[in-house]
Amino acid sequence: MELSQQLLQQLINGISLGSIYALIALGYTMIYGIIKLINFAHGDIYMVGAYVGFFAITQAQVSILPALLISMVVTGLLGMLVEKLAYKPLRHAPRISILITAIGVSFFLEYASMYFVSPTPRTFPEVIDNVAFHVGDLVINGQQLLILGITVVLMAILTYIVQKTKLGKAMRAASFDTETAQLMGVNADQVISFTFVIGSSLAAVAGVLVGVYYNSIDPLMGIMPGLKAFVAAVLGGIGILPGAVVGGLVLGVIEALVSGFISSTFRDAAAFAILILVLLFKPSGLFGKNTNEKV
Amino acid sequence: MNLLRRNDLIMLAFGIVVFAVLQGLMEEGIIGSFWKLNLMLIGINIIMSVSLNLINGYTGQFSLGHAGFMAVGAYVGVVLTTNFHVPFLGALLAGGAAAGFLGFLIGLPTLRLRGDYLAIATLGLGEIIRIVIMNIEYVGGAAGFRNIPHYTNFAWVFFIMLFTLFFIKNFVNSSHGRACIAIRENEIAAEAMGVNTTKYKIMAFTIGAAFAGIAGGLFAHNYYIISPASFTFMQSFIFLIMVVLGGLGSITGGIAGAFFVTFISAALANWPEYRMIIFALLLILLMFYRPQGLFGYVEITNMGIFRKILKRGGTA
Amino acid sequence: MAAELMRVEDVSEVFGGLKAVSDFNFYINKGELVGLIGPNGAGKTTVFNLFTGVYQPTTGTITFNGKSIVGLKPYQITQRGIARTFQNIRLFSELSVLDNVKIAYHCHVKYGLLETVLRMGRYFQEEKEIEEESMKLLSVFKLDDKADEMAKNLPYGAQRRLEIARALAAKPKLLLLDEPAAGMNPQETKELMDMIRWIRKEFGLTVLLIEHDMNLVMGICERIYVLEYGMVIASGHPEEIKKNPEVIRAYLGGGA
Repeated sequence: MELSQQLLQQLINGISLGSIYALIALGYTMIYGIIKLINFAHGDIYMVGAYVGFFAITQAQVSILPALLISMVVTGLLGMLVEKLAYKPLRHAPRISILITAIGVSFFLEYASMYFVSPTPRTFPEVIDNVAFHVGDLVINGQQLLILGITVVLMAILTYIVQKTKLGKAMRAASFDTETAQLMGVNADQVISFTFVIGSSLAAVAGVLVGVYYNSIDPLMGIMPGLKAFVAAVLGGIGILPGAVVGGLVLGVIEALVSGFISSTFRDAAAFAILILVLLFKPSGLFGKNTNEKV
Repeated sequence: MNLLRRNDLIMLAFGIVVFAVLQGLMEEGIIGSFWKLNLMLIGINIIMSVSLNLINGYTGQFSLGHAGFMAVGAYVGVVLTTNFHVPFLGALLAGGAAAGFLGFLIGLPTLRLRGDYLAIATLGLGEIIRIVIMNIEYVGGAAGFRNIPHYTNFAWVFFIMLFTLFFIKNFVNSSHGRACIAIRENEIAAEAMGVNTTKYKIMAFTIGAAFAGIAGGLFAHNYYIISPASFTFMQSFIFLIMVVLGGLGSITGGIAGAFFVTFISAALANWPEYRMIIFALLLILLMFYRPQGLFGYVEITNMGIFRKILKRGGTA
Repeated sequence: MAAELMRVEDVSEVFGGLKAVSDFNFYINKGELVGLIGPNGAGKTTVFNLFTGVYQPTTGTITFNGKSIVGLKPYQITQRGIARTFQNIRLFSELSVLDNVKIAYHCHVKYGLLETVLRMGRYFQEEKEIEEESMKLLSVFKLDDKADEMAKNLPYGAQRRLEIARALAAKPKLLLLDEPAAGMNPQETKELMDMIRWIRKEFGLTVLLIEHDMNLVMGICERIYVLEYGMVIASGHPEEIKKNPEVIRAYLGGGA
């Protein structure tokens, strides 16, 4: 294959992977925007989503779309529950305390899942026909199309919710300034719960799609994608929704290029290197603006 | 002033007694080889948690990359002893120096970041260190480094741990240590009181990283083989759990945390899920009911009977 | 005339197009007690932040003790001899009252890292001196009986006093007080006035204070600068300031 073709192929792979990152990053960025918490457990929510989808398909014998919906609902509720039980009591605690709690929640979800579903990886069933479309020398497979299609649809729905609905407006107001929003009659608890539901259900979709794409899921699968989605959120500017999407796609493409042209072992290092470069040179991300503490 | 020196001597004598008792129990076979290994791990983990506490607890800079510095110390150490036949102490110190130097280089740019951003950045840097090591063929890559001489014994671990405790204790009870604590409490006010905040953040980070490097050397020479998989960020999280459980900003807490976590891990070695579930729940409950950790900012030397023995003990 | 300690010429500070301070000119002589007043948002705290290196002036020069301090970091300026308090109290709240003061001796400590960790040489002597001096300072501010208490547990007025004590521990030549009487009742304010007078004499200090409380400013300051919209609209002795129509207009509004 020629270099330019290889480049295009990696671009396609990168965008599929990047869509997954984008879906997880959206949850990160929404939650950070509203309660200023790096929800370390978000990657594990995504893992739970994958397992719920897996059991829906294998046990309840449903097809991929209902499985996605079931996973979104169950995982969305789990996200809400985590917030209510673990984060809400600490809403006025120092941020580091909440961060440590999030690390605790993350461990809990990982190892409780390990206890219930065993640490052995599960093979995700084939839910769509293994078709591959050839465009010249390029290959796009069915899973990739599924990922792209679902991601686009979900982004459209999310945009509608955030821009047009009353709850979406309340979310934006609360992420701008929670206290003022509360004074204006926004029910902060409700908005935060809602944010966790949406963020978690998007992560659930990402989890199921990853299962479809890579055919394998395990209780620790959420750690790396979780961290990388965080990198994507920071890259785009944390708290900014379009930023998370662009950040996810950029990160996916960079990773695909690194594994394709350098070495797949450096894939994870690339993500972290991007994170550090962004934090050092433009900590507010591609779409953000800087703020300083007032003296 | 002589009182303080006297206190140091009392503590040293106490340490030697503890060492003699444990060593005796090991030689008599009352402490078997499994618990002997775990006692060594406790010692190494105490070095790790107390040095991490200097960064996270005392200076308030949330670092999640401590395992990376441990890895640097371990690999520099084993290369020096195995390939160049450098004496053990020299290799340990070189490992510590290398980790400290890397901490200095990393700290210079990253310590401008605050709170959770610093946490994520250090986590990323720790991973980068590990991935780089994994890609160096000279040290065995992902498969690990083999044929390490078995130099580490209980005496090495114990006395280096004791030295670490004295070093960190003396550091935090000085004007330098107060500068670090001031940064944790209020960075703007610290700067206004004449504290060069950048310098002291980097100093704490460098010292912490150096001790992690020494601990890494001790850890590596206890095994025949080490691999990058021993130094993932999950390991950094474990060190964080030790510090948080024991108390952010307390040496006693760091010791207690290292002891507790290592002990539980050993006792539940066959049920790893339970172990992590317990740690996770403990972390969450602690943040609810006692966010400063078991010991908070308190040292055992300032409590009841110890206070009587030591008169005005080393204040934290 | 006494020697000049600080001179500020044509200093302006622009934040994203907004002029927070413009063409600020100022001097203070050794031993003087000067007040800086003005309505809310006039730029008083910005002036303090410029003097202490928290902000860098967009244009203009600031000389302290004969040398320019523009471009220096806050800690370097503290080492040169300017210490401050904050409008919104910034104590080390989880530390004891004594430790709060001890920290401020930082830039006068000579023992190095090696002496610290090996407990040799100057360490013990200097630590003893710091402890004694800190206690002395605390007793001046009637805080010596609370030395072991956590700073956050002090009553409000005591926290303000502790902040001043801490600033003095840095051994400044020039002390900047940002609304030291904020939140105090008249009795406390009066005691504070006496104390400021007293420490100035006792420590040979030069004092610049920002204050809203007119009685305090008029009562103890020898000269006063009045700021409005980032500009000095009047300066001079309290009696002149009281009669200045511009000042009356700025404070009472309307076109007096």
